[in-house]
Amino acid sequence: MSRAAVVNAAIALSILAVPLYALAADEPFLITLATRAAILALAGVGLNIALGQGGLVSLGHAAFFGIGGYAMGIVAFHAQSFTPLMIGPLEFQGSKSMPLIWLVAILSSGAAALVIGALSLRTSGVYFIMITLAFGQMLFYFAISWPAYGGEDGLSIYVRNGFPGLNTLDPIQFFGICFALLGAALWISARLAASPFGLALAAARQSVARAQAVGLNVPRIQLAAFTISGMITGLAGALFADLNRFVSPTMLSWQMSGEIMVFVILGGTARLFGPVAGAALYVLLEHLLGGISEFWQIYLGGLLLAVVLFARGGLVGLLAGGAR
Amino acid sequence: MTPVLETRALCKTFGALEASRDVSLSVRPGEIHALIGPNGAGKSTLISQICGTQPPDSGTVHLMGQDVTHLSAAARARAGLARTFQISALAPELSVLQNAVLGALGASGGSFRMAARVMGDAALLVEADEALDRVGLTAQRDTRVSDLSHAQRRLLEVAVALTLRPKVFLMDEPMAGLGADGSRALTALLADLRNEAPILLVEHDMDAVFVLADRISVLVYGRIITTGSPRDIRADAAVREAYLGEETP
Repeated sequence: MSRAAVVNAAIALSILAVPLYALAADEPFLITLATRAAILALAGVGLNIALGQGGLVSLGHAAFFGIGGYAMGIVAFHAQSFTPLMIGPLEFQGSKSMPLIWLVAILSSGAAALVIGALSLRTSGVYFIMITLAFGQMLFYFAISWPAYGGEDGLSIYVRNGFPGLNTLDPIQFFGICFALLGAALWISARLAASPFGLALAAARQSVARAQAVGLNVPRIQLAAFTISGMITGLAGALFADLNRFVSPTMLSWQMSGEIMVFVILGGTARLFGPVAGAALYVLLEHLLGGISEFWQIYLGGLLLAVVLFARGGLVGLLAGGAR
Repeated sequence: MTPVLETRALCKTFGALEASRDVSLSVRPGEIHALIGPNGAGKSTLISQICGTQPPDSGTVHLMGQDVTHLSAAARARAGLARTFQISALAPELSVLQNAVLGALGASGGSFRMAARVMGDAALLVEADEALDRVGLTAQRDTRVSDLSHAQRRLLEVAVALTLRPKVFLMDEPMAGLGADGSRALTALLADLRNEAPILLVEHDMDAVFVLADRISVLVYGRIITTGSPRDIRADAAVREAYLGEETP
């Protein structure tokens, strides 16, 4: 087993170990913390496909995270309030079933990523960052001014959605669901990186001229990567809303986009487990330092600075060594 | 005999600067057609118009008799135009083999396959290994491109072009920065390559040009002043004056 594989296994095991310990010690709060880390890591794994594999610096991924959140909120809201949602002539009763909600979240965030990506990928570099940010902000203000689903106040879902055969109200079972989905996303991400598509995407990141010279349709390859990336982050959004039983425009804010990007950079860009390590570290710091000071993010800022200056490979790069 | 690659009356100006003036040239099957000219003659602008990274103001580019003027660079590559870059443009974080596989992948058109393992694809690997063997980079196949020497990168550029199985090669100063040994080796390789597909060779190394070329075109101030055999070009007074820098006797 290579050093990188050992580090990856250690990261996965430590996220698994915390809730198991918490279960034994009867500290449900720790389980919630680990669940939060797993969900944020999932959002980061999504972004990493665009950012790490594709080199597409998107500062608008909160849009997909938020759309996933609102997909859960809207579908569950109509079920809990017994007010059917009218889509043209069709009547939809809403649902409290996680798999269906995930499907809606993935499809709607994927559709949004397809549209936003198609428009944003006409630009590159700093303009791409700005235009993705602008789309994110558009959706943020749209959510604030849309009273049907709570507007600025957000939308509460009173009971967590269900999963066939499991009791999702039990923290450890809900954690299990999130952890399994994180594992699945990591598997998809790894398969993608090793596929012909992954090679083409990596080449387009490293040299657009080279990719064009071998006949690759760079914009289309990047759009596909951006869409897959948005879908995974959207799924994370649905889980995040389910964890909090609450969805609000905050999920769509550009600070959220920044946070997701921080997970990726802290952990290591283009490292498979980078976002997992980054999100876990973020949640840990938020918990530990948040108890000391309200302004705990100043320490986070310092840490981020240190990583960017001295450990370009992020946490995973530091531990696993070698080039990415 | 239809030319494999042809430009017809290409014009391109930047403000007052005429980078291409009525440039018409052709590359015939089996030949090496060299394009020479002093710095600033408009060689790079001409190459980007042929490759599709810059549109001409007027005039057309034809590949195998088809007008490709409005095709993107990627579409022209798929249509059979393989270029090498003056300054190596390779994927630096990937291995030599991966870069060659990338070329084979681009040619195969399967770049959207997401479930397969690209480095387990026998057809792509055979193609890539063959090309690496051809340029003599087999020993470096697992080396990262960023760890290659300059000369090895030049060879890899040619190898990636080979994996495309092109109809025509466009080589932009392949000898640039090579030592005498490197130049000689690459000259021998290119001489052999013309049997697979003709080459439009833009080159400053006059020794290589006069050894390799079947025809030479001379570009000066955006205009082709003459096209002819190496012997004609050597004897041409205008060329000697404009380019080779000799006083006319």
